[in-house]
Amino acid sequence: MFHSHGTRRSNAAARSSASGGLEGGGVGSPAASSASEGSSFRPSASTFWLLLHGLCCLISLFLGFRFSRLIFVLLFSNTIYTYTTTTTTTITSTRTETLTVSFPLTHTPPIETAVKPNNSALELSDKMSNQGSSHSQVVVGRHGIRIRPWPHPDPTEVMRAHRIIERVQQEQRKWYGVKSPRPLIVITPTYARTFQALHLTGLIHCLRNVPYPVTWIVVEAGGVTNETASLLARSRVQFLHIPFHEKMPVEWAERHLTENRMRLLGLRVIRERNMDGIVLFADDSNVHSLDLFDEIQKVQWMGSVSVGILAHSGGPDRTLLTEDEKLNPPIPVQGPACNSSGHLIGWHTFNSIPYSEKSATFVGESATVLPGKMEWSGFVFNARMIWKEAEDGRPEWVKDLDKIGENGEEIESPLALVNDASFVEPLGDCGKKVMLWWMRVEARADSKFPPGWIIDPPLEIVVPAKRTPWQESDDLAGSKLEQDDRRFTRPKSRSSSKRKNTLPGQDN
Amino acid sequence: MGKEIWVVALLLSQALLLPIAQAAELHTERISGSAGDVLEDDPVGRLKVFVYNLPRKYNKKMVDKDSRCLTHMFATEIFMHRFLLSSAVRTLDPEEADWFYTPVYTTCDLTPGGHPLPFKSPRIMRSAIQYVAMNWPYWNRTDGADHFFVTPHDFGACFHYQEETAIQRGILHLLKRATLVQTFGQRNHVCLKEGSITVPPYAPPQKMQAHLVSPSTPRSIFVYFRGLFYDVNNDPEGGYYARGARASVWENFKSNPLFDISTDHPPTYYEDMQRSVFCLCPLGWAPWSPRLVEAVVFGCIPVIIADDIVLPFADAIPWEEIAVFVAEKDVPSLDTILTSIPAEVILRKQRLLANPSMKQAMLFPQPAQAGDAFHQILNGLARKLPHDRRVYLKPGEKVLNWTAGPIGDLKPW
Repeated sequence: MFHSHGTRRSNAAARSSASGGLEGGGVGSPAASSASEGSSFRPSASTFWLLLHGLCCLISLFLGFRFSRLIFVLLFSNTIYTYTTTTTTTITSTRTETLTVSFPLTHTPPIETAVKPNNSALELSDKMSNQGSSHSQVVVGRHGIRIRPWPHPDPTEVMRAHRIIERVQQEQRKWYGVKSPRPLIVITPTYARTFQALHLTGLIHCLRNVPYPVTWIVVEAGGVTNETASLLARSRVQFLHIPFHEKMPVEWAERHLTENRMRLLGLRVIRERNMDGIVLFADDSNVHSLDLFDEIQKVQWMGSVSVGILAHSGGPDRTLLTEDEKLNPPIPVQGPACNSSGHLIGWHTFNSIPYSEKSATFVGESATVLPGKMEWSGFVFNARMIWKEAEDGRPEWVKDLDKIGENGEEIESPLALVNDASFVEPLGDCGKKVMLWWMRVEARADSKFPPGWIIDPPLEIVVPAKRTPWQESDDLAGSKLEQDDRRFTRPKSRSSSKRKNTLPGQDN
Repeated sequence: MGKEIWVVALLLSQALLLPIAQAAELHTERISGSAGDVLEDDPVGRLKVFVYNLPRKYNKKMVDKDSRCLTHMFATEIFMHRFLLSSAVRTLDPEEADWFYTPVYTTCDLTPGGHPLPFKSPRIMRSAIQYVAMNWPYWNRTDGADHFFVTPHDFGACFHYQEETAIQRGILHLLKRATLVQTFGQRNHVCLKEGSITVPPYAPPQKMQAHLVSPSTPRSIFVYFRGLFYDVNNDPEGGYYARGARASVWENFKSNPLFDISTDHPPTYYEDMQRSVFCLCPLGWAPWSPRLVEAVVFGCIPVIIADDIVLPFADAIPWEEIAVFVAEKDVPSLDTILTSIPAEVILRKQRLLANPSMKQAMLFPQPAQAGDAFHQILNGLARKLPHDRRVYLKPGEKVLNWTAGPIGDLKPW
């Protein structure tokens, strides 16, 4: 029985939905007529509806389908359902068929209103039903789609939601995260150069997201500079800015050694101040994953994690790999190697033989930059390991920090800090999980950058060159050219004799 | 003598208080509904169920014909049968049974697309009842009042997918006195009988376990939902499907960054639920959906948008304390409602959801485990015992009218 009004509905859907309010009427009346066929206890009502239906058909012949219902709204509108779009309701009580009452809505704009119960319809169904059982407030049939007038997020609510999420995550950390987390001490060697702002900004954001207390020891080659100091001051991370007396050399080999000495200086600072926590070496150009900080909380004395080595130059050196290397590509990971029972047996190191002839020798050379044999960033240890007084439990396999480097020898890797490397704990599922990546991206040593990355004084206004790639733009489109110039925010390759920097939007 | 007893009692109470104080620090919380702390009750020993041996055409033959019946959300009827056959509550002696189970699969006639056709279901059920009434005396003894049936379809024993038709048909007359175990539940609705047991829809437990992530993964999505907002095939303009509630959710919150809602079904659906604080469970064509089960298993607070819905095992599980109920008319202010829930309330709901007995109660694992949905159904049946004296008919007394209902139902199957 209800299939008929289903097709009726799809016909109505084909028409425009502008006066969608009246479409509901069409659904109502065949149901009403079928209701009248089904029920047999009010013959006068059924013939009345039948006559009404016939009248509607006649009117719709002349005025069109939708307007027939409009007549009845104007004539009989007493109680009206106010919905945002349209409504037809079929009110049913427990076991009886009731009349369907339809009061279509015309052109009210969408407003959020409460539903007013249609009292007359309920009374009608009350009279008709023999059982006086409770009526469901939920009605079957077509409902309006409620849309509020401004369906966009409210900023206060968004902030409240973020507070809730923060609280939930705090609770999650409490139950499932690291119990009694230790503070972190992060040692970073740096120096002022073009790419420093790039690297340090990434590192600062990473450290700000770490959920544990962080003390950041920044060792700067060449003494304390305003560049670094201003970056650190804005960082909102607790830091110690330590000057290092040498300048950073240009040769990569020398650089690695200088950085090692800077890190040792950082370790000595920890020793002097008896700082407590877990020591991590974060080079400013490395990329860290937040999982790393959760993982290193597990370290007892000295631990090692896997470092992904991203040493590609990205240049045209495609013939680097030999044939059998193409079959077994070298894994660019430096870290602990374990046997099947999870014990440390050795180290994976980066295979630098394929790159030996083509590696960069000085900073800014466009060739592959190779890492050292054993990167410091892959090692973490308990700060108590380097304290002066032998704390209870400090193992014997640790060398005293003062004895390292006293003869002037260079420290290649943190394994020089220990007598026996087999005591190092492999972290990150025995090195299988790579949580930080080493890469070296540097500009040429003599490249200039605006100090503090502030352009002061502002650049002069530049008039764009008239000669553009579009040859047809002569006097005909002379003004159009200027308009185009104003619109284009990125200057395309202009064939101008002088090349000046332009800021977006500062055209003619 | 009395003084010593008092001292001992004091010491004992002190010893008891300590673990209670410690329990308050756990990340789960005990669940007790209106029937009490019944989720962990063991039904064995509290009731006896006799399983009728029906011919293959009522059950096994249907599954053999189409094995998709075993994986869709209506598979409860099949797994309940299998569970009862090997359960400790089963008795082979019908004289001592408290409940009688008729294993008839009424939801196993599938279209090529996998949707069950309900058109023959009333006849199948009628035929099964007639078989039972003719071959055993227990049906006529009570006219079915101590029998129970599993009817997991959209609107239960009304046997139709379209709500208007289902209401018109009403519950099959012959099931008037029996207990129905069904997924559909809505207050004051024709298709929910007094005394029915509402159960969750079947969701494959192994599939969900395979996608579990570590509980320390931070929950960073505020509200999550994946599913249809408009059913374009059957209701293109909207307004019928979900009583307009799903369309309202879309129109109001599609541009809200807190709401991760879309019709796209990603392969990380289960993992994403575990990264969400709230999961929407709005009604569709019927008020229930497997989303509730998924939300409970993955610890995401369900936001129920379905007026008057009756949730599974409503007397054993205090859903008001666990889920968030939003009236359909309040959907446009859903963001205000959800963001104004105090954080302690949210944390408590998460603790209740973390309770493993809560998750177990929503699942139908194979083989059955203690505290799972099968056991909750038996617990529900046990709580209805003992049967009222008046249930047993006097000889010659008849209550059911075997010719009631639409003419089409009376055709034999």
